[in-house]
Amino acid sequence: MLEANAVDYETSIPNNVGLSSDRRVLKALEKWHPGYLSWWNEMGPEGFQDSLVYLRTAVGVEPGGWAKFDYVRMPEYRWGVLLAPKEENRLIGFGQHKGQPAWQEVPGEYRSMLQRLCVIQGDTEPASVEQQRHLGATAPSLYDMRNLFQVNVEEARHLWAMVYLLQKYFGKEGRSEAEGLLIRRSGDEDRPRMLGAFNEATPDWLSFFMFTYFTDRDGKMQLESLAQSGFDPLARTTRFMLTEEAHHMFVGESGVSRVIQRTCDAMNQAGIENPFDIDRIRALGVIDLPTIQKKANLHYSLSLDLFGSEISTNAATAFNNSLKGRYREDKIEDDHQLINATYPVLKPVNGTFKLVDEPALTALNMRLRDDYTRETDSGVRRWNRQINKNGIDFEIRLPSVSFNRSIGLFSNIDTTPEGDSLTQEEFLSRQDDWLPSVDDGAFISSLMEQVTEPGSFAGWISPPRIGIDNKTGDFEYVRLQ
Amino acid sequence: MRVNFLTDPSKYKHWKLNVSSERAELVLDVDENGGLYKGYELKLNSYDLGVDIELNDAVQRLRFEYPNVKVVILKSGKERVFCAGANIKMLGAASHADKVNFCKFTNETRNAIEDASQNSGQIYIAAVEGACAGGGYELALATEHIILVDDGSSSVSLPEVALLAVLPGTGGITRVTDKRMVRRDRADIFCSTEAGVRGARALEWNLVDDIVSTTKFNELVEQRACEIAIRSDRPNDQKGIKLNPLKLKMENNSWKYSAVKVDLDPKLGVGEITILGPNEDAPDSIDQLLEEGDGFWPLRVARELDDALLQIRFNELEIGVIVFKSAGSPSEVVKYCDFLQKNKGHWFVREILLYWTRVLKRVDLTSRSLISLITPDSCFAGFLAEIIFASDRSFMCEGVFEEFDDIEASIILTSCNFGGHPMCNGLSRLETRFLGQQEMLGDIELKLDTPIFAEQADRLGLVSASCDDIDWDDEVRLFLEERTSFSPDALSAMEANTRFAGPETIETKIFGRLTAWQNWVFQRPNAVGDNGALKLYGTGKKADFDKKRV
Repeated sequence: MLEANAVDYETSIPNNVGLSSDRRVLKALEKWHPGYLSWWNEMGPEGFQDSLVYLRTAVGVEPGGWAKFDYVRMPEYRWGVLLAPKEENRLIGFGQHKGQPAWQEVPGEYRSMLQRLCVIQGDTEPASVEQQRHLGATAPSLYDMRNLFQVNVEEARHLWAMVYLLQKYFGKEGRSEAEGLLIRRSGDEDRPRMLGAFNEATPDWLSFFMFTYFTDRDGKMQLESLAQSGFDPLARTTRFMLTEEAHHMFVGESGVSRVIQRTCDAMNQAGIENPFDIDRIRALGVIDLPTIQKKANLHYSLSLDLFGSEISTNAATAFNNSLKGRYREDKIEDDHQLINATYPVLKPVNGTFKLVDEPALTALNMRLRDDYTRETDSGVRRWNRQINKNGIDFEIRLPSVSFNRSIGLFSNIDTTPEGDSLTQEEFLSRQDDWLPSVDDGAFISSLMEQVTEPGSFAGWISPPRIGIDNKTGDFEYVRLQ
Repeated sequence: MRVNFLTDPSKYKHWKLNVSSERAELVLDVDENGGLYKGYELKLNSYDLGVDIELNDAVQRLRFEYPNVKVVILKSGKERVFCAGANIKMLGAASHADKVNFCKFTNETRNAIEDASQNSGQIYIAAVEGACAGGGYELALATEHIILVDDGSSSVSLPEVALLAVLPGTGGITRVTDKRMVRRDRADIFCSTEAGVRGARALEWNLVDDIVSTTKFNELVEQRACEIAIRSDRPNDQKGIKLNPLKLKMENNSWKYSAVKVDLDPKLGVGEITILGPNEDAPDSIDQLLEEGDGFWPLRVARELDDALLQIRFNELEIGVIVFKSAGSPSEVVKYCDFLQKNKGHWFVREILLYWTRVLKRVDLTSRSLISLITPDSCFAGFLAEIIFASDRSFMCEGVFEEFDDIEASIILTSCNFGGHPMCNGLSRLETRFLGQQEMLGDIELKLDTPIFAEQADRLGLVSASCDDIDWDDEVRLFLEERTSFSPDALSAMEANTRFAGPETIETKIFGRLTAWQNWVFQRPNAVGDNGALKLYGTGKKADFDKKRV
C-alpha cells in the first residue's frame, strides 16, 4: 500500500493519481508516451541526450519532501503525473459557482472552455524546451547547463501534467489535443506554437535568463490563476507545477544577477565608471548594462503580450464560470464575483494614457498583468541595489506597458520605453536604442562559448554563491558523454 | 394540461366518419363549445388542436381499418361554411411554443393526407360549399381535387396577411405556388385579398379543379369520386386491421408502452426512448400477419414511437435532448424487414412501411437534439437503423463491454435503408448523409444484410463516434451536459439547417421556409404585440403597425 501522495513508480509512468487502477488513462498515456519520447529526442536539448545530469526528480508532492537528486540521462528522466494533495471538501472560491463543491469531473457545459485553457497552458511547456534546445552548446558552466536541463525536463513534466488532464477528463477530443501538443513546433511557419512569445528565438544565455525571469513568470501568474479553478484536478495539477516553477524563476533572476555582477566587477577592475562606455566595456568580454536593459525591454514587452487584451470577455467568462480565478484569489477580500465591481485600466485617450474604470470582470487580464508587473519590478529593484552596491551609476527600468506591444490597447501605438508617443518611422529609426540590435546580438553571441571544466565559468558571468543541492563549487553537475 | 393524442371515432366531437364500401366521407362539424382549452368558441367550423387530433386519428384509421376505401371526401357538416381555419382567439391566446407545435402537427397531418392520396391509393377530394378560408383552404389544398360550389358567395381565401398580419401556417402559400402552380402575381393577389376568390376566377387561376352550381354540386362530387376511385390500386374485399387503443403505463418520468419505453431526466433535460426488439419470430405468411393485426411488432413500435414523440413535443417542453436506444437482436429485426420487403405488394404491409416513413419524418422534424446510442444489446437494423441516420449525433460502442458478455455492438442495413423510407427532401437518409459522395453509398451497400461493427461503421461514416468501454460513459455524459447547456433556440435553428441537406420539395419548403417565416412573424409585435393584428382580431380595433421593414 502506498502512502497518500507518494509517487507510484510501479507503473511505467510515475504518478500519485492511482494510474495503475485507471486503465483508461494508463492506456492513453502509454499510447502517447512513444510519441512524447520521439519529440524529446528530436526537439529536446541538442547533443546531451546521453549525458548524465544531476537532476532532481519528484518522489512525493508534500512540501519539502518531493525532490530527490541524482545523475540521470534525460531521456530516462522519470516524467510522470503529479498532483498536489487533495483538499477534502474544497469549495469553489469565486465566480457564479462560488460556495459550491469543487468539481471533480469536467462539467459538460464548460468542457470546451476548460479544454482550451489546458491546451494553451500545455502548448507553452514544450515550446520553451524547443526554444532552448541549442543552448547547451554554449553553456557558460556545468552548473548553468544543469540548470538549463532541469528547467527543460520540468517544463516537459508540465506538458505531462496537462496531457494527463486532457486524457483523463476530455475523452477522445482531449487525446487528440494531447497529440497536437507534440505536433506544433516553436517558430515553425506551418505549425507554430499557439502564443507569440513562444515562437521567438532564445538565441543566447542572456535571453534564456531573461526568458525564465520574465516569460516564465507570466506562466507562473497563469498557473496561480488556474490553481484557483473550480475544476479541482486542474487546481491541484497547477499547484504542484508552481512548486517547480519557483526554481525556474530563480534561474532567471540569479542568472541576470550574475551577469550584472560580472560586468560590474570587470568595470571596477578596469576603472571604467561610465556604464555607457560600451566599446571599452565590451572589450573586457562582458555584457554592458545598457545592452542588458535592452534585453529586459524586449522580454518584458513580449511577456506582457502573453496576458492578452486588457479588456477581455474570454477572461470574464472564465472567471464568471469559476474556471480561472485571480492571482491569489483566496487571499483577496471582496465578494469574489465582481458583478458590479470596476477596475482601473490604462488606456490611450487622445494621445495620452489615462486610467479608466472598466467592469472588473472584463478587466481581469489587466489585473493579472498588474500583479505581474509588481512582482517583476521587485526583482528588478534587487538588480539595481546590486549595481548600486558596486558603485555604478545605472538603473535598469521596466519600460512603459505601451512600449513594443503587439496585443491589446497599445498594439497600434508606438512609444518610447518611457511611454512617449512616436510615429512609426521614428520608432523604427530609434528601435536599436531600445531593443537588442543585430550588432548587440552578434556581440553577445561572440561571448557564448561552452565551458565544461567543473567549477569554471565563462568570462561574462559570475559563479553562483551556492551550488545546487549544497554542492561545492567544483561539483560535476553534468557528466558529458 | 397534458395533451392526449389517443382517440377513436366513438370519441370524436368534431368529425364524422361515414364509410360505404369504396368511399368514405370525412365530415367536419365542429362542436363550438368543444375546444381543447378554455376561452374561445370554435365558431364557423374553425379548429384547434383537439379538432386536428381527431383528424389525424381518422386519416390514420382510414388507411388501416378501411383497406377498401379508395376515395375520401372531405366536406363540411355545417351550412354555408366549409371551414374557417385555425381559431384566431385560440391562436391569439396560445404561447409561442404552443402555436409552433400546433402548426407543425397540423402540417404533418396534411402531409399524411397527401401521402395517402399519392402513395396508398386512398385519394382525398374536397367538396367545398360556403366559406373556405385560411386553414380551411389549406385543408382543401392537401387533397388532390377541389370542387367549389359556384353560388356567387362561396370562396376560397388565404386572408391571413390582410386580416391577421401572419401567414397561412399549414402550407397554404407553398401549395398554391408549388402544387397548384398558380402564377406568382396571382398568388400575390390571392394571398393579400381578405375576401378571396370565387367561381370562375378560382377555376381560371387553378385555385380549384371544378366549379359547379349548388343544384349540381352533389352530382358532380359523386361523379368525381367514381372517376377517382378507378385510379386507386387498393383492394376490394379485404378486412381492415383494427387499431386498438395503445397500452401505456405512465409513472412519474417513466412511460411504458409494449415495445417502446421512455425515461425522462427533467433535471438534465434528456429523454431516453428505448425501442424493444421483437419477442416473437417474424411471421411466415400473410395470414399469420393478418392474425397478429395491430399486435404485429413493427406496427406496434411505429404507433408507440409516434405517440411518444408527440407527447414529448407537446407535454415535455424542457426535454431538449432525445436519446434513442434499442434493445434486442439485430438479426431478428432483419427477419421482419425481409418479411415486409417480400410482401410489400400487400396492402397492409404497404401501410406499415408508409407509416414508418411518416414516423421517421416525424423524428426528423422533432425540434430536439436527437442522439442515438448504439450499444452491444441494441438492435438498430433495417428501419430501426434509420433512427441513427435521423439523429444529429450517434455514438457506437466499440469492442467488448464487460456488462454485455462477448457481444459487440452492430448495425445491420437492409434494402429499406436505400430508399425505402425517404425524408421530406425526397432522398433517403443515407443519400442525404452522403450528399455528393455517391461512392460512399456504394461502399455501404456492399455491407447489406451483414453486421457492421463499430470500427467499420465509423470508417463508413455511419456513426459520429465509436468509443470503447473506457471512454463510453464519459464521452456520452460530457456530450449530453454540453448539449443541454446550449441555447435551445440556437440548437433548434442549427439542427433544422443541418438535418435537411439536398433538394427542396413542397414539404421541405413548408417546414424550412414557410414555417420558419411564420414562426418569426409569430414573434413580432405587428402580429402578437398588444396592438398587433392577431391580438386585436375581433375587437374592432385596427392594428397599429411598426412600418419599418426588417
